Amino acid sequence: MATATAEATQYLTFKLEEEVFALDISKVREVLEFSSVTKVPRTPEFMRGVINLRGSVVPVVDLRLKFGMTRTEKTVNTCVIIVEVSFENESMVLGALADSVQEVIELEPEKIEPAPSIGMQLRTDFIKGMGKRDEEFIIILEIDKIFTAEELAFAQEATQAA
Amino acid sequence: MSEEDDGLDAGKEAFKEEAAELLTELETSLLELEEHPTDEDLIGRVFRAMHTVKGSGAMFGFDDIAEFTHEVETAFDMVRNGKLAVTKELTNLTLRARDQIRTMIEASEGKATVDHKISKSIIDSLQLLTKGTAAGSPSGHEPAAQKPSKSASGDASHSVTYRIRFKPFADLFVTGTNPILLINELRQMGSCMVVAQIDAITRLEEFNPESCATYWDIILTTTLSTNAIKDVFIFVDDMCDLHVEIVDEEGEYDEAEGYMKLGEILAARGDVKIDELKKLLGKQKKVGEILVDAGIVDSGHIASALAEQQHIKEVREQRQKTTDTAASIRVPSDKLDKLVDLVGELVTVQARLSQTAIIHGEATLTSISEEVERLTWELRDSTMSIRMLPIGSTFSKFKRLVRDLSIELGKEIQMTTDGAETELDKTVIEKLNDPLVHIIRNSIDHGIERPDIREAAGKSKMGTVHLSAGHSGANVLIKIEDDGAGLDKERILKKAIDNGLIAPDAELSEKEIFGMIFAPGFSTAQKITNVSGRGVGMDVVKKNIDALRGLVEVKSRKGSGTTITLRLPLTLAIIDGLLVKIANEVFVIPLAVVEECVELSKKDIERTHGRHVSNVRGILIPYIRLREHFVIEAEEPEMEQIVITEVDDKKVGFVVDYVIGEHQTVIKSLGRVFKDIAGISGATILGDGTVALILDVPTLVRSVETHEPVTADAAG
Repeated sequence: MATATAEATQYLTFKLEEEVFALDISKVREVLEFSSVTKVPRTPEFMRGVINLRGSVVPVVDLRLKFGMTRTEKTVNTCVIIVEVSFENESMVLGALADSVQEVIELEPEKIEPAPSIGMQLRTDFIKGMGKRDEEFIIILEIDKIFTAEELAFAQEATQAA
Repeated sequence: MSEEDDGLDAGKEAFKEEAAELLTELETSLLELEEHPTDEDLIGRVFRAMHTVKGSGAMFGFDDIAEFTHEVETAFDMVRNGKLAVTKELTNLTLRARDQIRTMIEASEGKATVDHKISKSIIDSLQLLTKGTAAGSPSGHEPAAQKPSKSASGDASHSVTYRIRFKPFADLFVTGTNPILLINELRQMGSCMVVAQIDAITRLEEFNPESCATYWDIILTTTLSTNAIKDVFIFVDDMCDLHVEIVDEEGEYDEAEGYMKLGEILAARGDVKIDELKKLLGKQKKVGEILVDAGIVDSGHIASALAEQQHIKEVREQRQKTTDTAASIRVPSDKLDKLVDLVGELVTVQARLSQTAIIHGEATLTSISEEVERLTWELRDSTMSIRMLPIGSTFSKFKRLVRDLSIELGKEIQMTTDGAETELDKTVIEKLNDPLVHIIRNSIDHGIERPDIREAAGKSKMGTVHLSAGHSGANVLIKIEDDGAGLDKERILKKAIDNGLIAPDAELSEKEIFGMIFAPGFSTAQKITNVSGRGVGMDVVKKNIDALRGLVEVKSRKGSGTTITLRLPLTLAIIDGLLVKIANEVFVIPLAVVEECVELSKKDIERTHGRHVSNVRGILIPYIRLREHFVIEAEEPEMEQIVITEVDDKKVGFVVDYVIGEHQTVIKSLGRVFKDIAGISGATILGDGTVALILDVPTLVRSVETHEPVTADAAG
């Protein structure tokens, strides 16, 4: 219990392709099975569209495309992680596609190292740090940064995509 | 301790809300008072509003507000007592004071800062006014001072309905008593119905004018006691039969109506069909007629009994009404929004249920699903009606605007309103505020001329702005009419050409020319005043009304005025939509803009050489291939369909694979991520739980128009 004050945070781990990523559990609302998504026309490729989350319409983002990987294909393990991100000081609900959701782990802050500034093939400001567990590296994402205003201002990107 | 604070905070919130309402009421009353300076009801209303603000302000620690309000209240106390006359100066000051109170309330939330100099100057002027007149009491106006006595008598609580039979003996007239006077006395005691019984009156040849053959049945609703009624007849006590009975008492018999009539019960059980029952009942004579026919009672008694029935019914209805108004409760609007959301979801789930029932085709399931459907629609309608508010409160706000602006601009303008009771969705009313402000400002600044110019033009010096609201189908029409100079077509045209909005040789219809005033940055005013003329404003009107899925229409005649009509949907939450399909994607087109659907075969496309126009009964209609516009990659079917829409008098078709049908569309926001997508206004959830996008036809057309050259190149 005493360690709780030292912010031993819980993380939800998931896989994109073969890599393991993690999200701060306090940001995660729930995990859904990925069924169908309605594409919104004239939006960038990584915006996969919208889904019905018990009556609200929630946008879904393909993290693989966002991180420069290939498009997420639907398998039995594909999930939508519903996250709450703060966007321009307001919280917003988004769905993120993951190839599979692993587990909830606990990591003490000292086990998290800053991400190397090169060689990640990923914008470093997307990364909160690198966690290490059982000889395996976990990329802990800074979900708020991934969806900043400029990131979601896809109007320009939309033209590129088209 | 924190709990206590919470309680106080909640109290403060409630005070702010209440004060906002009171201030609105105060403003309305003051403006009315200006027109009728001696109306004591209005004076009373102003005083009460002030008094309540002061009282609850002090209770929740808004001492500055209480102190300030006290000064204003003092002035109105003098008005109430007839010591001070209502003058323009006084209403002006009070209106300023009202604004100051509002600023003070806002300041407590940190939204504004209070300029104490203003408070001081208002109070000083008020004191000057009260002192000045206290010495030499007002001459002309005499706002009657009996106000308190009036409210005292009206407030008595318990009202009782009596049945009184007053049957004087034949020799009543001998003592010189006039029964009419007695009855008139009763009439003054409350709401009263009198039926004279004349069955004892003999034939004319036997008639003795000195004997009294008539008697009276009286139904009286009053707050007075039985004894008070008997007192009326005290001097004829030994010359008549008098019966006083209580037939209906407040609070006692009110639930007696709860039982059903025999016919209703039978109909409800399905044993008898309502129509048949009605037919039969139509043949049957009324109980009264049967009795008269049988000679048991005469028609006079029946009339009396019917009068009693009628009277009691009216009294009960009246009572019902007063309890109804008392039964309203204050609910935070976010709770209502939540309720609407839930109903929206329920509608969606119900649609799924219906679909499932149809697929299974099982009788029990179908009947349950139909019942749920009926209940859902009822629930939906009544939930929507909760959100409906009369537009009147917005109207009265504009009275102030008109008043202040016309003083500022040296014009004489009155505002008249009509249809203030028209109900609109709360959010629509809120969003309507800005557009209306801009339109009215424009009317006052550019429309209505100065008094001297008006007189020279042979018009009355006083200009009029008329605001009216009314229903028209599923829409609400709001009209803003002025009797000012009207729009100058040539000037608008010239300005539009100067600004490069249109080509110099463009031929435009009147409607299109008037439409130019909504272009951003467009103003024909020769000089910029601080009221309007900068060209911002009318484009805001257009934008906001578009956002409400409404339409703006301008009519104008040079010299005689302008009418701007806003056509708005009743509610924002649910619309009728047309479901269409392209490949596997489903879209909703708002039914309001859909004109018709026609087929489009591959041959038709060949005939027009790939041009996107279709010949519909001799009229060329351009169409947009949604498949191309939305980049949907799938083979198109042999036969496609064009959904023809009409917006702003322009017909445009949308090519889809096929039309599925009508759909009650619960509108869901796409959220901030997708808020700027041209052509999509929102989303809805279909019966199978998937999401369909709602097309925003006007912006879709506009976005295609701007992209047109590119597609033309690609096609060529």
